[in-house]
Amino acid sequence: MAVASPSRSTFGGFRSSLGGALTNPTFWRGIVALIGFALFWELCSRSKQMFGVQVPWIGMVPPPSDVLGAWAKVVTEPGYWQSWYLSLNRVLAGFIAAQIVGIPFGLALAVNRYFRDIFFPPFEILRPIPPLAWVPASLIFWPTNEMSIAFVTFLGAFFTVVINVLGGARTINVQYLRAAQSMGASQWDLFWKIILPGTMPSIFTGAAVGMGITWEVVVAAEMISGGGTRKGGGLGFFIWNSYMGGSLEQIVVGMISIGIAGYLCSSAIRYLGFAAMPWRRLF
Amino acid sequence: MTVMSKNPAAAPAVQSGGKGAISIRNVTKIYDPGGVNVVAVDNCSLEIAPGEICMIVGPSGCGKTTLLNAIAGFHSITSGTIHLDGELLCGPDKPKAEQGADRIVVFQNGALFPWKTIRDNVAYGPIVQGRLSPVEARGKADHMLAEAGLHDVGDKYPGEVSSGMARRAEIVRALINDPRVLLLDEPYRAMDALTKSIMHEALLEMYDRTKVTIFFITHDLEESIFLGDRVVVMTTRPAQVKKIVDVRIPRPRNYKVLSSNEFRVLFAEAKDAVHEEAIKAFEAGERELA
Ligand SMILES: Nc1ncnc2c1ncn2[C@@H]1O[C@H](COP(=O)(O)OP(=O)(O)O)[C@@H](O)[C@H]1O
Ligand SMILES: [Mg+2]
Repeated sequence: MAVASPSRSTFGGFRSSLGGALTNPTFWRGIVALIGFALFWELCSRSKQMFGVQVPWIGMVPPPSDVLGAWAKVVTEPGYWQSWYLSLNRVLAGFIAAQIVGIPFGLALAVNRYFRDIFFPPFEILRPIPPLAWVPASLIFWPTNEMSIAFVTFLGAFFTVVINVLGGARTINVQYLRAAQSMGASQWDLFWKIILPGTMPSIFTGAAVGMGITWEVVVAAEMISGGGTRKGGGLGFFIWNSYMGGSLEQIVVGMISIGIAGYLCSSAIRYLGFAAMPWRRLF
Repeated sequence: MTVMSKNPAAAPAVQSGGKGAISIRNVTKIYDPGGVNVVAVDNCSLEIAPGEICMIVGPSGCGKTTLLNAIAGFHSITSGTIHLDGELLCGPDKPKAEQGADRIVVFQNGALFPWKTIRDNVAYGPIVQGRLSPVEARGKADHMLAEAGLHDVGDKYPGEVSSGMARRAEIVRALINDPRVLLLDEPYRAMDALTKSIMHEALLEMYDRTKVTIFFITHDLEESIFLGDRVVVMTTRPAQVKKIVDVRIPRPRNYKVLSSNEFRVLFAEAKDAVHEEAIKAFEAGERELA
């Protein structure tokens, strides 16, 4: 069966098992590339002290060994993990709310033309407003900083989710609808058994893109809002704090932490997509 | 074509008493009458007998799919009537036929639902119609797939099987509904000759078991004569019946008939008619849009 063929690209490059990853040349090429990149960076950062020549720009960045040192220190502090926890919480709250509101909203726009006539124009006017432009207004509007951040995070994902769901549902092959109808499907069947599964790939595309946006938004919102009232207000605030404290290493630690957090979240979505759409494993 | 309306293309007595007689009378279909005004079918008449395999050939864009869509109830007609077993499908007071499981379409590009296994695809009709419980429907689907020679594909998704397998499964998905008419729109287009011949055998085998009326659009003349009781050659757009070739080759047919003299005569006869229309279509600059 073709499924076993190694050249076949899997959905989003995701491999279903860790064992599979260890024997997968792509996985090892990725590891080698990361190590090579770290070595190059180390060399550039230390070039001034080793050869007396400063590499422009990258020479100012602390070397990975120093960053790792700073990281090792920081992981023993609860504040660092608190930042992870807070950012992750906000991302998930905004993201999940965006799915819960956005998916039905997008589907309703797709299947009902009156709903579309009424709600699409205001939606399209609000959509181009960057999520961060909402920050001041939501700080005023919502009673707590926490709610403001969650709201802005929600907005970041919401528009993308809706646009993807709408596009996906509107471009379902009309022959699927015709086939189902001619076999006697009711409107209810059409919606649940054709439109919804037919839109599923777009739902997950929207979720993946939306997840990326939520991380961007949450970090910026944390910086702007001062990260809430408690100590350790998220990874964005962690970076801001490190900047105020003049610790270049910690800034990089914060940045890489966000990269890792974002990657873990995207992987989780790919995995969910995989589980929800077994037929997509083939492509 | 006035000749046709005076002498409507009469149906041959293939299987009198069976079900699935289609009667197309003076059907005209104009797309976008106020605007672009494309006359796709013009005063077209055709009688199809119950249990007939009626092959429709004609230049691209002549209006074959339009006619099929009208029978299936996917869109309205502008004038004329279409009856199925004497019941009006569409006519002056009811321009668009209702879609129904008595007429099932198998599409050019295949329309198995990619998110359902082949078994669940086949079981879909009886389940949504409430005729069978999901368990019964899946059982019947397995049975019918096996009957059609499709063993061990029930658990697979359409994307996992060859296009030939998928197309055969799609015909099984149609037949499980016990339709009166199977409407096939160039189902084997873009398949290689070898796969096609397997498809033909499988289709004829299913036909022999069900004797369902088949309305079959194709570009392939050889296919049309090999499968059909009649080959209806359409004119270039707007579609009318140009010529009907009666294929009196006895069934069951096998590939030997392709080299018979009888076959060659019929082929030449149909070819002449198609060729004439193809030239007209080419000169009219009709592009492939189907
Ligand atoms: N929805 C539509 N609106 C306008 N013109 C159409 C539409 N659908 C088909 N046509 C035109 O009608 C003619 C017949 O189309 P069709 O029935 O698909 O031809 P074919 O014989 O190749 O199946 C073509 O010229 C096509 O461009
Ligand atoms: Mg066509």
